[in-house]
Amino acid sequence: MQNNVKANQLVIAFTGVFLARTVFAKADYWQLNMYKGVTPLSHDMYYLHMIAMLICAIIGVIVFGVMIYSLIYHRKSKGFKAEKFEGNTRLEILWTAIPFFILVGLAIPATQVLMRMDNSENSDVTIKVVGSQWKWQYQYLDQGISYFSVLATPYTQISNQEKKGQWYLLEVDKPLVVPVNKKIRFLVTSNDVIHSWWVPELGVKRDAIPGFMHEAWAKIEKPGTYRGQCAELCGINHGFMPIVVQAVSENEFEQWVVQQTKVEDRFTGTQSTPTLQAKISSAALMTKGRDKYEQICAACHRVDGKGLPPMFPPLKGSSISVGKPISRHIALILNGVPGSAMQAYKAQLTDAEIAAIVTYERNAWDNNTNDIVQPADVAKVRASNHVPPKIVSRAQVGGFR
Amino acid sequence: MSQVDAHDISHDDHGPEQGSGVIGFIKRWLFTTNHKDIGTLYLWLAMFSFFVAGAMALVIRAELFQPGHRFVDPNFFNQMTTMHGLIMLFGVVMPAFTGMANWQIPMMIGAPDMALPRLNNWSFWLLPFAFTLLGSTMFHSGGGPNFGWTMYAPLSTTYAPPSTDFMIFSVHMMGLSSIMGSINIIATILNMRAPGMTMMKMPMFVWTWLVTAFLLIAIMPVLAGAVTMMLADRHFGTTFFDAAGGGDPILFQHIFWFFGHPEVYVLVLPAFGVISEVIPTFSRKPLFGYHFMVYATGTIAFLSFVVWVHHMFTTGVPLGAELFFMYTTMLIAVPTGIKVFNWVGTLYKGAISFETPMLFAIAFVILFTIGGFTGLMLALVPADYQYQDTYFVVGHFHYVLVPGVIFALMAATYYWLPKWTGHMYNECLGKWHFWLSVISVNITFFPMHFLGLAGMPRRIPDYALQFTNFNMIATIGAFIFGFSQLLFLYNVLSTVRSGQKVGDKVWEGGTGLEWTLSSPPPYHSFTTPPEITPSLFKHDY
Repeated sequence: MQNNVKANQLVIAFTGVFLARTVFAKADYWQLNMYKGVTPLSHDMYYLHMIAMLICAIIGVIVFGVMIYSLIYHRKSKGFKAEKFEGNTRLEILWTAIPFFILVGLAIPATQVLMRMDNSENSDVTIKVVGSQWKWQYQYLDQGISYFSVLATPYTQISNQEKKGQWYLLEVDKPLVVPVNKKIRFLVTSNDVIHSWWVPELGVKRDAIPGFMHEAWAKIEKPGTYRGQCAELCGINHGFMPIVVQAVSENEFEQWVVQQTKVEDRFTGTQSTPTLQAKISSAALMTKGRDKYEQICAACHRVDGKGLPPMFPPLKGSSISVGKPISRHIALILNGVPGSAMQAYKAQLTDAEIAAIVTYERNAWDNNTNDIVQPADVAKVRASNHVPPKIVSRAQVGGFR
Repeated sequence: MSQVDAHDISHDDHGPEQGSGVIGFIKRWLFTTNHKDIGTLYLWLAMFSFFVAGAMALVIRAELFQPGHRFVDPNFFNQMTTMHGLIMLFGVVMPAFTGMANWQIPMMIGAPDMALPRLNNWSFWLLPFAFTLLGSTMFHSGGGPNFGWTMYAPLSTTYAPPSTDFMIFSVHMMGLSSIMGSINIIATILNMRAPGMTMMKMPMFVWTWLVTAFLLIAIMPVLAGAVTMMLADRHFGTTFFDAAGGGDPILFQHIFWFFGHPEVYVLVLPAFGVISEVIPTFSRKPLFGYHFMVYATGTIAFLSFVVWVHHMFTTGVPLGAELFFMYTTMLIAVPTGIKVFNWVGTLYKGAISFETPMLFAIAFVILFTIGGFTGLMLALVPADYQYQDTYFVVGHFHYVLVPGVIFALMAATYYWLPKWTGHMYNECLGKWHFWLSVISVNITFFPMHFLGLAGMPRRIPDYALQFTNFNMIATIGAFIFGFSQLLFLYNVLSTVRSGQKVGDKVWEGGTGLEWTLSSPPPYHSFTTPPEITPSLFKHDY
């Protein structure tokens, strides 16, 4: 008897906790349905989704209803004798025609929404979105702003050495900033493999295809931060290239635009006088190098520097990272290896960042070269690699390789 | 002369003498041209691959149990998703149904064997080599293919590991095997039917396989072309899929899905056939609307060739194409609906009993229909922009393939195993297997719809914190499902070895030629053509 009471109390307590949890927990954790979103298109998608689900539910109830009725009442164990009928043409025509008309009814709103989606005319802001392994680049074509947006979650959280933050894997160093109530046109393309730029609450998903550019548009109704992810498998770090969109009022957007540095060669200042760059202590270089390495390089070359040969060569003990001259090591990072996953980082990383990465790679994992590379060294290589454009003859351009 | 006759008769119940011991055993199976032996080989290959690819699925689910790097690195994770997909399609479902076709089609149409027995032997024996080649990629330096079973260029060309070439060759071999198998099936069905077994008297399983075989002949060369172009892009300096040389990465997707969508129906049409056999037997009532079932099969097969772009709505195809492919995709719901309605019509006013094959068949009708509903939702282009490449899609196609196609395979195995072995399987164990499977399959795949709608992309090895709950549930379900399949393996093994003897007509509601043969059937099924009488198809019990 006492046991029963205890059990009851336990059940009540448990139910209470469970109810409290469902009431107070953030909606996100048990989200069941599609985002309604903050753009006209995402609302349309949501309503279409709801209509389709409702129709499916009604059909399901009818079909499964008849089926379950038969399963309950037409059982052999209840002594039911099977009828002998083999078909009914009228019925067949009926259940061909009715679904057909339901589908026509569903196709009409879908067609209307699709026509609206396709119309990206009269946009106010045009942003070119370029995917590459594994980061997004945003170029504001009218404002002349361009920057890369990479995952900001530290590696220690991913490898479970540290508690995961609220926006684990959904946070970036520099979000995309856009104004609300303006028609924003996205031009989406890629530098290497196929990616897909997807922000659920904006109702935008557009595959980024190397060599081609496709459009999408959004008119955000509410200021806020909207998060998304790459939706097309694009290699090892496919799960680690999030998108963060910050929608702000028009005034704030104008202010933000003014604060940004225009697209100009950030390095013109130091290029002519490389030695003018400030020196950094070796400890600082190593810490910064480790952070950057784990953020950018570790996907392919691994945290332990062993790489994934033969696609991604090891850095531990490799001739590039322990051999001389060091400028070869620097040049490889600056210019990349054409036709491979090794990108040219000269536009993505500053001299100080590259110096830190090179220093780290030359001293981590028993590489112990004791080489310290300063930003000035990187600037020097950058300057020497800078080839001013020249006019070439047609034969040179199209000649046999 | 009489000596020759006596010799022939003495080999009626087994194949030619191959000697004893290990060598004899190997020769018996390596050189066999008997449809039942080859069917058995196909089925065991499928069973083995099922556990291999299933183990890969469990690696995926274990990694996704919690956010953060847990057991495998992202590159290995991608290899798992790729191999799981490839092996489940080419190594489990297709060989399993080909094995069933080998066993059943001659018995169902009243033939002694398949039309082209040596071709049959070669079609099978290509496969173990193809899968050895594919499996070996996992041990190559640089790892196995890691770009998903859809192998989208340029990730599978310029950016792929060297082992990709092995995968390409292995796909060629599988394609060769499928094409030869299909030719054999078509030749058998069109030429070897017993007198009186007209086309419109053929069992549904035979019909669906006939249509499937034509689909396979049409699409496997397309896949072979796609992977050959990949190979050329990788090594011979072509740029089919590289915009820098005048190619187009989307071209790959068009070619791939021109193969890939009919492939979906290659997997599911024989399943429809199985269900159309099982439901009438255990409802003790003829299949409702047989003629319409045949027409619907043909319509589905035709439409499957004109819907492929629905896999690529977000790639930037023009508005006109989006509208056309949306309409055709929605149209496929009509013949599929006819199938479901006819199964319900068959159940209606039948005398239903619930043996294990019937349980799986009923679960098939309900759960496949749920997969069909999400398929209809995915057809609506604007909504598809939110579903595409998310876990919603993963949920959708696993509903079609696991409680759909795999359940149909389970139903077929329980349904025909007593005929094949002459032994009854353990019904109690079969019911346990069913209930564990049907509950866990829903625990695994239903939450995936929620994950997709909440914004979780597919094929990611790690995820944001708000996706944790449903991923945990899915993983738990997956492990229950995976381990309950061991019951199936045990049940099949013990039925093959021993069990209660069964008569010719294993199921009292069974109709058709296969139940007129002994259990197990003679080595050459019908040495003299059977007589096709109306009573053969009557449900008298």
